[in-house]
Amino acid sequence: MSFGKFGKVSYVSETKLQKFEQDLEAGKIMGTRCKTCGKLYFPPRADCTCLKGNIEWVELTGNCRLLTYSTLFFAPASFRYEVPYMLAVAQFDEGPTVLAPLSKDITEDEVKSGMSLKLIPMELAGGRVIYELRKP
Amino acid sequence: MSKVAVIGVGQTKFGGRPDASIKEIAFEAFKEAVDDAQISVDDIQASIICSATHYDKQRTPAGVIAEYLGLNPQPTFNVEAVCASSGVGLRIGWSFISSGLHDVVAVVGFQKMTELSSAEVQEVMGRSGDVMWESPFGTTMPGYFALYARAHMQTYGTTPEQLAKVAVKNHYYATKNPKAMFQKEITLDEVLNSRMIASPLKRYDCCSNSDGAACLILAKEEFARKVTDNPVWVAGLGLASSPMTLTSRDTALNSFTCTAKAAKEAYHMAGVTPSDIDLAEVHDCFTITEIINYEDLGFCERGKGGSFAADGHTYLGGKIPVNIDGGLLAKGHPVGATGASQIRTLVKQLRGEAGETQVKDAKIGLAHNLGGIGMYCAVTILKA
Ligand SMILES: CC(C)(COP(=O)(O)OP(=O)(O)OC[C@H]1O[C@@H](n2cnc3c(N)ncnc32)[C@H](O)[C@@H]1OP(=O)(O)O)[C@@H](O)C(=O)NCCC(=O)NCCS
Ligand SMILES: [Zn+2]
Repeated sequence: MSFGKFGKVSYVSETKLQKFEQDLEAGKIMGTRCKTCGKLYFPPRADCTCLKGNIEWVELTGNCRLLTYSTLFFAPASFRYEVPYMLAVAQFDEGPTVLAPLSKDITEDEVKSGMSLKLIPMELAGGRVIYELRKP
Repeated sequence: MSKVAVIGVGQTKFGGRPDASIKEIAFEAFKEAVDDAQISVDDIQASIICSATHYDKQRTPAGVIAEYLGLNPQPTFNVEAVCASSGVGLRIGWSFISSGLHDVVAVVGFQKMTELSSAEVQEVMGRSGDVMWESPFGTTMPGYFALYARAHMQTYGTTPEQLAKVAVKNHYYATKNPKAMFQKEITLDEVLNSRMIASPLKRYDCCSNSDGAACLILAKEEFARKVTDNPVWVAGLGLASSPMTLTSRDTALNSFTCTAKAAKEAYHMAGVTPSDIDLAEVHDCFTITEIINYEDLGFCERGKGGSFAADGHTYLGGKIPVNIDGGLLAKGHPVGATGASQIRTLVKQLRGEAGETQVKDAKIGLAHNLGGIGMYCAVTILKA
C-alpha cells in the first residue's frame, strides 16, 4: 500500500490514509467518519478534531453539485503540458466538498454553478490514480 | 505596557532586481529606515526577518541578513506567513516592545522571486495549498483566487468590468509612486482584453512576481518621543487564520473569514470603526481580492464590493482611498516585503509626507495583509 500514486503529481507518499488510494483503484471514493461525534470528512482524515474520535472509512456516492470552477491557462511547471484544464469545487450530497479537475468532456459553456456532477475514480497512464468530476 | 511607534520606514523600488542579492536588497530598505528614524544601528535590539522562505535558495535567511545588516549579536529569526510574513512580523515586534523585552526592533521583509520563472513560482506557490489533496491537481494562486472570483460573481453579480476597474485604479496610482514596479497607466479595455490566466482572472487581474524589500523600525514610546516629533502609533492589531484547504471552508467561497476576524480585533483594539479609517492598504494580490476585502473589512456592504470599486469610492477624494500607492497589482508583490511596504505607505501618509497622493488630514490608516490562499490575515491600524 502507498499514497504515492494519488494525483497527477504527488507530494505525500506516507500517511495513515494509504487505504484511500487502494480503494480509489478499486473504483471507490472513500471518506472518513468519526464514530464518536459523527463528523464526516472528505478529503478523509485519520484523526477527528474532537480528539475523542474513533475514525471509520465510509464510501461516498460521488454525487455532487458544482460550487465554483476556473479554467487554468497558466500552470505550475510540472503541469505545463496540461493547459488548459479546469478545476472545480463541488459539494457531495453527503455534505463535504471536494476540489477536483473537471473532465475534459465538459466545455466551459456547459459549466454552471449548481449543476449535478459525479466524482469518478480514474486511472492514468503510468498507474497513477486520480478522481475527476464528470456529468452524471 | 508601552505604546509602540513606527519611527522609521524604508523600501527598495519593487520590480526585477537582477543586480542584487537578498541581503543587498534587505540592506537598501534597512538603511533607508534607519536614516529615516535618525537612529544608529546600535539602538536596534532585535531583528525580525520576514519572507516566504521557499523562494530562497539561502536556507534560514535571517542568519545572513542579520549579519549583513550589522545586527549581531542581537536576537534574530525568520517569520514566514507567505504573503503576510511582514504583517505578522510587525505584530511580533509590537509584542517584543510592549512586553518590555526590547526598546527598538527592526522588521525586515524581503523577497526575490524573479530568479525563478513564473511557472516555477507557481510550482512553489501551488504548494502553498494542501500538497496532499489540492496541489496534485495543478493548483496555482491565480487558480485559487479565480475560484473565489467565480463564486463572488455567481452570488452577487460582480462583473469582469468591476474587477478591471480595480486594476485600472491601482496602475494609475502606481505611476505616482516612484517605488512601484509598473509606471504606466492601463485602460479598462487593456485589462479586459488581456490574456486569460485562470478564468475569470486575466493577466491584469493578477499581481506580478517581483523582487523587493521593506523595513520598519519600531520603538517604545519613550524612545520614540526622544528621536521624533511625529511618531506614528500602532493602535490596533488583529491576526487570524482560516483553514488552508478550500474544502474545509464555508461553501460560499466568497469571503475570507480570517480577514473579518482580524479586522474585528484590530478595530476593537484601536477603538475605531471602518468609517473612521482615512485610508487603507488592502491585499490586492488579485482584483477580486481587493473587492472581497472591502466587504470583509466593512468598507461596504457584503456583496457590494464590485460596485464600490466601480463607482470610484476608493480613489483619492472618495469615501475611503485604497491602495493609492499602486497596491500589490501595480506596485509589485515581493511577498515577504508586502506587509511592511503597506505600513510604509501609511506612515508616510500619516506624517503628511505623501506628496501628490496625500490624503488630506490623514489621521488613521489600516493595513490588511493576507497570506497564501487567505489562510493567514494580519490587520494593523496606525494612528498619527
Ligand atoms: C500572471 C502570471 C502567471 C503571468 O506570468 P508571465 O507569463 O511570466 O508573464 P508576465 O505577464 O508577468 O510578464 C511578461 C512581461 O509583461 C510585463 N508586465 C507584466 N505585467 C505588467 C503590468 N501590469 N504592467 C506593465 N508590464 C507588465 C512584464 O514585466 C514582462 O516583461 P518582460 O517580458 O520584458 O520581462 C504571473 O505574473 C503570476 O503568476 N502572477 C501571480 C503571482 C502570485 O501568485 N503571487 C502570489 C499571490 S498570493
Ligand atoms: Zn469526532
